[in-house]
Amino acid sequence: MDYILSGLIHAFELLFQGDPETYSAVKTTVLASSLSVGASMVIGAPLGFCLGYAHFPGRRLIRVIVDTLLSLPTVVIGLLCYAFMSHRGPLGGLELLFTIPGMAIGQTILGLPIVVAMTATAVENLDYRLKQTLLTLGTDPRQLLLTSLWEARFALALAGAAAYGRIVSEVGISMMVGGNIKWHTRTITTAIALETGKGQFAMGIALGLILITLALLVNLAMSGLKRLSGQ
Amino acid sequence: MVRKSVFLFLTALALWMAGPLSGSAADSLMLATTTSTDNTGLMDILAPELKKDTGIELKWTAIGTGKALEMGKNCDVDVLLVHAPAAEKKYVADGFGKDRTQVMYNDFVIIGPENDPAGLKDSSVLEAIRKLGAGKAAFVSRGDNSGTNKKEIFLWKEAGLAVPDKEKWYVQTGQGMIATINVATEKGGYTMTDRGTFIKFADNHAGNPPLRVWVENDPALFNQYSIIAVNPANCKNVQYELTRKFTDWMTSKKIQNLIGNFKLLNKKLYIPNAR
Repeated sequence: MDYILSGLIHAFELLFQGDPETYSAVKTTVLASSLSVGASMVIGAPLGFCLGYAHFPGRRLIRVIVDTLLSLPTVVIGLLCYAFMSHRGPLGGLELLFTIPGMAIGQTILGLPIVVAMTATAVENLDYRLKQTLLTLGTDPRQLLLTSLWEARFALALAGAAAYGRIVSEVGISMMVGGNIKWHTRTITTAIALETGKGQFAMGIALGLILITLALLVNLAMSGLKRLSGQ
Repeated sequence: MVRKSVFLFLTALALWMAGPLSGSAADSLMLATTTSTDNTGLMDILAPELKKDTGIELKWTAIGTGKALEMGKNCDVDVLLVHAPAAEKKYVADGFGKDRTQVMYNDFVIIGPENDPAGLKDSSVLEAIRKLGAGKAAFVSRGDNSGTNKKEIFLWKEAGLAVPDKEKWYVQTGQGMIATINVATEKGGYTMTDRGTFIKFADNHAGNPPLRVWVENDPALFNQYSIIAVNPANCKNVQYELTRKFTDWMTSKKIQNLIGNFKLLNKKLYIPNAR
């Protein structure tokens, strides 16, 4: 029982004394996850729009595939990314292994299905008269896309927040692709795994607290958005 | 007003984060090492010294020796700091590595609970292994093909026993050294560790560890750490020149002294032996 309490106390010391190791891990986490959430949104929102808006053969099959990808384990993504980014792999020349962009690519694969699935659902649920109105007004496809996405903006933000929550808490991709390199690719979650492995529970608890705080902020933002959208 | 502050916040965030992305600073060397050198804190001492002396920025990933050798084969790291001499020699002979250089050593110890349920007290290593093989107490193995795991497998064979696998008393963690010792503690069982990590474990428990050393000081338990350069003939992308610099630095008198003076609880964790 003792070490849990002393862990908590030490955690606050680390946080408020600005321990550089702790803040380096926080920085890497925020950086990698922002990059990957950004990429997931930019790639995922248009794809989700197409999936929710257009009717084409095989659409339901793709929906099922996207929904299945929602439960893609992070370790599998990590393994695949490692295999591709290793110097023996097809993307070896790009020097992505053990870098933050490399991690962000893996995390984008994790976040993409979430954004696609949630955007598709949001677009499906848009008032169908919107499309009729837009078409009557003579919009081109690009305007159609942007206007529809704008109408679904709150749902899109929720998709981004959901993706963020999943990405910020994953450990498999960061560990395998990033390599948990101190001062470079060590994230909050890989640091917790490492510190626990080293028997340094205090550091682990400190980092856990920060991660929970980040999750809390994301969820506060989500509930704020929900209220804004009047749901 | 709100927009402006959001904009300011985002700009500050971007500036704060721009550092690590553009961080391919001058000379950086990628090292794969064992969990013990990282767990004990040795790498944390060496890396800043290296930066100060040579300007080389050391990046290290701590994995078992088996995986480190594999990463070198895949050209994903420049240099290895590992401890499995037999596997290392084969690795160099097969052309994956080059310039194997001894740096330091310590020894393995078999540790277990205070009441010694398997009766290892005063046993030689092979006797101890045979007693453990009787399965009266749990034995916790790394089970990850690390240097320690390779040594343990070697000892089972040396004792004339089949290497345990599915036996109830044989626990394979697949994790790092201190994590494995923690499992042994929870299970009230035995495990084998390098002495450096055991001292670190004792230090974590303020010098009063729940497990103690039962078997030690046997030539079979010698544990040599060496540097191996990933062979540039095999991997065009590796930084062989930097690796040479790093090796020279590690075997220099100053750093050998630094390693020799690395102590916890007033005990040496590694003994330098570069020639």
